[in-house]
Amino acid sequence: MNPMAALTDLDVKECLRTLDSGQVSSVELTRAFLKRIERLEPEIRAFITLTPERALDEARKADERRAALEKTGEDTPPLLGLPITVKDVLCVKGVRATCGSKILENFCPPFNATVVQRLLDAGMVILGKTNTDEFAMGSSTENSAYGVTHNPWDLSRVPGGSSGGSAAAVAARFAPAALGTDTGGSVRQPASFCGVTGIKPTYGRVSRYGLIAYGSSLDCVGVLARSAEDAEYLLRLMAGYDPRDATTIDVPVPQTACHAKGHLKGLRVGVPKEYFITGIQPEVERAVREAVGVLGELGVEIVEISLPHTEYALPVYYLIAPAEASANLARYDGVRYGLRVEEGGMPEMFFRSRGRGFGAEVKRRIMLGTYALSAGYYDAYYGQAQKVRTLIRADFDAAFEKVDAVAAPVAPTTAFPIGGHGDDPLAMYLEDVFSLPANLAGVPGLAFPVGFDQDGLPIGMQLMGRHFEEDTLFRIAHRFQQVTDWHVCAPTL
Amino acid sequence: MALTREEVEHIALLARLELSEEEKERYRGQLSAILEHVAALQALDTSQIEPTSSVLPRRSRLREDEACAGLETTQALENAPASEKDQFRVPPVLG
Repeated sequence: MNPMAALTDLDVKECLRTLDSGQVSSVELTRAFLKRIERLEPEIRAFITLTPERALDEARKADERRAALEKTGEDTPPLLGLPITVKDVLCVKGVRATCGSKILENFCPPFNATVVQRLLDAGMVILGKTNTDEFAMGSSTENSAYGVTHNPWDLSRVPGGSSGGSAAAVAARFAPAALGTDTGGSVRQPASFCGVTGIKPTYGRVSRYGLIAYGSSLDCVGVLARSAEDAEYLLRLMAGYDPRDATTIDVPVPQTACHAKGHLKGLRVGVPKEYFITGIQPEVERAVREAVGVLGELGVEIVEISLPHTEYALPVYYLIAPAEASANLARYDGVRYGLRVEEGGMPEMFFRSRGRGFGAEVKRRIMLGTYALSAGYYDAYYGQAQKVRTLIRADFDAAFEKVDAVAAPVAPTTAFPIGGHGDDPLAMYLEDVFSLPANLAGVPGLAFPVGFDQDGLPIGMQLMGRHFEEDTLFRIAHRFQQVTDWHVCAPTL
Repeated sequence: MALTREEVEHIALLARLELSEEEKERYRGQLSAILEHVAALQALDTSQIEPTSSVLPRRSRLREDEACAGLETTQALENAPASEKDQFRVPPVLG
C-alpha cells in the first residue's frame, strides 16, 4: 500500500494520535495531504486559494514546538500540527478572503477570525481556503465566481452548498476536517451530499468575529469532519464567549459527550411528520427511517411529533436572510476595500462597483431584501416573516418539552447534477426546505451519513436539539456511528 | 404579485445596483415568482404574535468599556482601492 495514501485516510483523532506518538511529523502529514490535493484538485476544485508554502511553514513550526515541549515535559496544544481547511468567508490574516465573489477578489484581511485564531492557538495548520457560493448564498457552490466544486462521489454532481468546498475537501480526503458556515443549511446540506459529518452549533455558541456577514440573525460557524467525535472535538475548541462578538453567549462548553460505551436509554427522539412530504426522494425517506430504527435499537424512545409551521420556514427565510444581506452587503461600495469601478463621480462608482462586482444570485437577494424592507412593504413582508419566525421557534420549544432531539432528513434529495436547476432560483431554494428551520429557531443541527441511494450518492440525516445541547446530538450520533459504518465509506477517486 | 419594470428600477436604485436591461427583465420575472411564493405567509393570523429579531436564548454579555488598540492606519488602508495622506481617496461626490 502507498504509505502516503494511508496518511490521508486518517481522521482527526487518528492524525493526532499518529503525531503524538512521533510516527509522523506534521510536515510529513501536511505534505501527504498537499500531494493528494495536487493530484485530485483538478477534478474536485474544492479550493479558491491553496496555501502550501504557508502550510509547510506552520507544520515545520509545529514540529519544532512539539520537540521543544517534549524536552520540558509540557503538554502539547490539542491540534498541534493538524492540517485543516477554512471556508473562504472566514478571515485568515494575510490570506485573501474572496467569499467566492469578484468584489473581494483582492481582499486580504488584516486580522484572524476568532475561530481561526483559536484553532491556530490550538496548533492547526491551514491548507487553504475552500470554495463557497458567493457570500454563502446558495445550495450547490455553483454561485462561486471561482468555478464549481465537484462532488467527490460523482464528479458530474454538486457538492451542496454553500460550504461545498469544505464538504468536498473532507470527502476527498484533502483534510481530516474543514471549517464551514451555516446560515440556512450551508454546513449540513453539503455534509449530507458528500457523506461527511457536519455540525451547525447553537446560535451564539461560536464567535462570528471575522466571519464576513451574510444574514446576521442566522449565520453560524461550524465544522465538517469524518465523525461526530471529531466534529465535537473541534467544536469544543472553537466555541465560547468572545468579547469581540456581542452575540456569543457565556455558557460553559460541556465536556465530551462521545463516550465509548455511552448508552442512549432514557433519551427521546422525535420524528416530525412534516419532514416526510411528497417530493422527498423515497430512498432518502427509507434511509432516514432505518437510521431512526437503529436509534430505537440503541435504547432511544422514538416519538412521532409535529412541527406544524415547517412549510413556512422557506418563505420566512427567503425574506429575512435577503433583508439582512441587503443591509450587510451595503458595505461593498468601492470606498474602503474590494472592487472599485471608477467611472464618473462617487454615485456612479457605487452603482458600477456593485453592479459588476456582485454575481447574479447575490444581486437577486439584495434586490429581494431591499424590496422586503422598503417603505410600504416592510410590515407585509419583513415584519410578517419575523412574526412567523416566532411561530417556528415555538414549534421547536413545544417539541423539546416532549423530546430531547428531533431526527429528520437534511435535504429532500441526494446531490443533484451540476446545472440541474438551470436559472430557476425558486427550485434551488426548495433544496433548503428541511435545513432552514434550525437556523430560524437558532437550535443546533448535526448532519451525518445514514446510507446511499441507488446511484451510490450519500444520504444524510440531521439531529436538531435544544439551545446549547449539542452534547445530546453528539452523544446520539457517536453511538450510531459505533454500530454503523456509513461515515467511514469513502468515494473512489 | 407581479413587479413592474419601474418597481425593479426603483429597488435597484435603493440598493445602488447598476443592472443591464437584460438583468432588469430577468429579475422582474424571478422576483415576481419568489414574491408569489412568500405570499403564503399572508394566510397566517399573526396579530397576537411578537416578531423575532434575535433568537439569542439569554442576554448577551457586554465587555468592559475599556479603550483597546484597533487597526493601525496603514493596516486599515491596505485594502483601499485608492488612498492619499492616510485617508481613503474617492472620486468627486458632487459633479
